[in-house]
Amino acid sequence: MTIILTSLVFASLLGAILALIIGTAAKAFAVESDPRIETVTDMLPGANCGGCGYAGCADFAKAVVEGAAMPSGCPVAPASDSARIAEYLGITSEEKEKMVAVVRCSGTISTTVRSPYNGIQDCRSAVLVAGGAKGCDYGCLGLASCARACPFNAIEIRDGLAVVHPELCVGCGKCVDVCPKDLIVLVPASVEVHVYCNSPEKGAVKRKVCKTACIACRKCIKAADNEDQMIVKGFLVETNYDNPPLPDLVEKAACPTTALRLASKHAAGEYEGVSK
Amino acid sequence: MSNKPRKFKGGVHPNDSKALSAAKAVVNAPLLDKYTVIVHQNIGAPPELLVKKGDVVKKGALLAKAAGFVSVPLHAPTSGTVTAIDKCAGPTGISVPSIQITADGADEWGSPFEPITDWQSAEPADLKQRVWDAGIVGMGGAGFPAHVKLSPQKPVDTLILNGAECEPYLTADHRLMLEQAEDVVLGAAILARILGLETATIGVEDNKPDAIGALSKVAGKYNIKVQGLPVNYPQGAEKQLIYTLAGREVPIGGLPMDVGCVVQNVASAVAVADAVVKGLPSIERITTVTGEPLVNPGNWRFRLGTPISKAIELAGGVKVQPAKLLLGGPMMGFAQSSLDVTVMKNTSGILLIPAEQVSQYTSEPCIRCGRCVECCPMDILPATISQAVENERFDLAAKLNVLACIECGSCSYVCPSHRPLNQHFKRAKAEILAARRKEQKK
Repeated sequence: MTIILTSLVFASLLGAILALIIGTAAKAFAVESDPRIETVTDMLPGANCGGCGYAGCADFAKAVVEGAAMPSGCPVAPASDSARIAEYLGITSEEKEKMVAVVRCSGTISTTVRSPYNGIQDCRSAVLVAGGAKGCDYGCLGLASCARACPFNAIEIRDGLAVVHPELCVGCGKCVDVCPKDLIVLVPASVEVHVYCNSPEKGAVKRKVCKTACIACRKCIKAADNEDQMIVKGFLVETNYDNPPLPDLVEKAACPTTALRLASKHAAGEYEGVSK
Repeated sequence: MSNKPRKFKGGVHPNDSKALSAAKAVVNAPLLDKYTVIVHQNIGAPPELLVKKGDVVKKGALLAKAAGFVSVPLHAPTSGTVTAIDKCAGPTGISVPSIQITADGADEWGSPFEPITDWQSAEPADLKQRVWDAGIVGMGGAGFPAHVKLSPQKPVDTLILNGAECEPYLTADHRLMLEQAEDVVLGAAILARILGLETATIGVEDNKPDAIGALSKVAGKYNIKVQGLPVNYPQGAEKQLIYTLAGREVPIGGLPMDVGCVVQNVASAVAVADAVVKGLPSIERITTVTGEPLVNPGNWRFRLGTPISKAIELAGGVKVQPAKLLLGGPMMGFAQSSLDVTVMKNTSGILLIPAEQVSQYTSEPCIRCGRCVECCPMDILPATISQAVENERFDLAAKLNVLACIECGSCSYVCPSHRPLNQHFKRAKAEILAARRKEQKK
């Protein structure tokens, strides 16, 4: 009986002393933190994708509360969410255009020809061995480094080609950094027409290795409402994202190699097997 | 220099398959109608082009000049007209700038410099300048400019000539040492003079006793030593060779000059001898064209810019369809996807491999058997590093000294799980160096 009593007394005493120490320490070394940070963190998507440039959602929330970043800096949160955060903090948030990623290549395994590749299934490793399996030096290697980097599963590898699904893409830019061929760019989501080719080589050289390369025939430039909508850079045409063409350009231009595509139709695979 | 060669740690013993071409004397390849000379043939900066389309050039004329110290000039392989400056298939699978020369058939010399016949009294600095002017690079495979190695920032007391040729299948250096033993020794003597040394050692693997014999016969003329080396891949790697012959270990991240050594390939030594004594720039090299699928494997002296397809034609074509084509040997060579790639200054071999020898392995998880650790000549831990790379922990890979890896491929060769260890290290090195460059820019 005494053993139980003694141990009870000692345990309670020890507990009381430790509680006193912890209590004092908590008061003395307390770190002031803004309770709003936690609230804002809860209002963010919580994907921790890093697309905003901060270490994660909590870090971004801290920056927003401190005024270093705008709520619209989160590429994932829809405009309504950013507005809600701005309202909570009592600030006015700027509207930011939604961006999506575009993989500027349309060369699938069936349209580009070369050698088999049996090494590490990663674009950044493959590019070090023999430039990868595809014939084009500039094309998508199709080994899914970008798809693995995407926190939102917005990139699909189809027939050896990375295809972005614009409705899933939030424009965080993670894929841009991992592509060893620098093929991926972030463009305004409102623009539908893109040139799915990134090879600066001459048309004849490109056609030798890929059936769907842009050969700079300028059909799309002539078909555009005004010539400024598509820009020629060497042997490659690009969409002018500052003055984008309307989606009907793709049909009007009738690109002979189908390098000019609508993002949604490209994602749905409607151009496969069209070019000969 | 120690007397007895010591065996370096690790290494492997692949079947050397040298018998296919070892007995075949070097044949001068016939003159072609067209040569496609790749502009960037050296490690370091690509040379600056001096010619344009339509220019008429003589054999040996300067096509491009060195752009900076770690860069070498490029010379015309034959006389003719520059018909195109365009891209062609490159040895790494990416197309590269090239100069196309359509031969006029006269093959007329227009060497940019005179022979230095009295090299024994010439200034070492002049000789070194000649090595640079002649565009000589490490012809064993790396393509590192020879004159840079001959300008050590630290005192050097040992010159080693690399005649190990430890890569399986390759016999180009073997034939060179056998047929041009005097030139090898002469080159060694000139290199020694440039470095201010009295002697040099030529290291040859013991599986080439005839080459050792031929060299030993003439070596005494210039006080050059010839030393047999234990047969062990990668005996011809610079650091392993220095350890074997001089008993010194090059520190991690260091260069041979850190331990007072300079290593040059025997083919580079012959190129040096030709440049100095005959006044010839580096426009040709001996290349082994070999492999079981070939009708007539052998060794040829090719001009720079000879397409691989021509080389295979000279070797009688193929009797069975090859499954893989490599530039260099089977251990460190580069797989090719085009027959239009042309012979460069560092193309030691063109190797065709039949389908039954190319296994399409799938990589399995590491079973921690430790064979890669045992065979690693650089004493790093391939298994551990490869796991770090798989998890994209390049910081960890750097800590485990992945940068010391010489990419000899011994670990990939012995791995029972067929793990692509060498490719992992290539990736890690590229990532670490890119990160360091980024850091420096900041």
